[in-house]
Amino acid sequence: MSTVISELLNKECVVLGGDFSSSEEVIFAVGQKLMELGFVKDSFVQAAIDREKVLPTGLPLAGGINAAIPHTDIEHVLKPALGMAILKDPITFQNMVSPSESVSVNLVFLLALDQPKAQVEMLQEVASVLQDPDLVSDLIGQDTIEGVLNCFGK
Amino acid sequence: MDRPKRILVACGTAIATSTVVAKGIEEALKERGIKITTRQCKASEVRSLVGNADLVVTTTPVPQDLGVPVIQTLAFLTGMGKEEVIEEIIEKLKD
Repeated sequence: MSTVISELLNKECVVLGGDFSSSEEVIFAVGQKLMELGFVKDSFVQAAIDREKVLPTGLPLAGGINAAIPHTDIEHVLKPALGMAILKDPITFQNMVSPSESVSVNLVFLLALDQPKAQVEMLQEVASVLQDPDLVSDLIGQDTIEGVLNCFGK
Repeated sequence: MDRPKRILVACGTAIATSTVVAKGIEEALKERGIKITTRQCKASEVRSLVGNADLVVTTTPVPQDLGVPVIQTLAFLTGMGKEEVIEEIIEKLKD
């Protein structure tokens, strides 16, 4: 499963553990990696941070371990890619559908999409990961990048 | 024959979340033999595009005074309550 995630997830763009104190810091850390590897423009990180403030992406999940899927407009992206953070200590994001509610998030997928509606398969796979509490729990338990990639069958 | 019902699917950027939601709705209603069309837009565009729609499904807050039913849901992303939301969509499209 998750073949498209395996293709688009670069192991350099996976952040583990991390000593972060805000959603902004998490997006910055993962976004910097996407930028250094040439997937996104310099403007991406700030755009994703700004967008998260106005249109948050926190998602409460069935298993009680929650996720966020920050992303921003296509003009900041050079090549489609996926960055990820697995947080030992949860960070507060705001709920996508109800922004006044806080969501404690351990799993972050930072989406770099370069065309509207183009990365449908990747997005559907991300959604199917979010809908699988066992897989989410497995991911959160990983302390090596190889372990994370194995969860996706890479 | 009735024309297919039109569902406007909104999210923040109209590129990520609404793509998953639109696909989810299309597949679920196709399985049930219900013909619909979807169009994706940004939450900020809903008011200007709602005129053509029978229903709005959104993952981010939108105005409630649009003149058509609005369903706010994360179910197509998180899977939680998905069956209930599909039933709600079908109900709202009957009106």
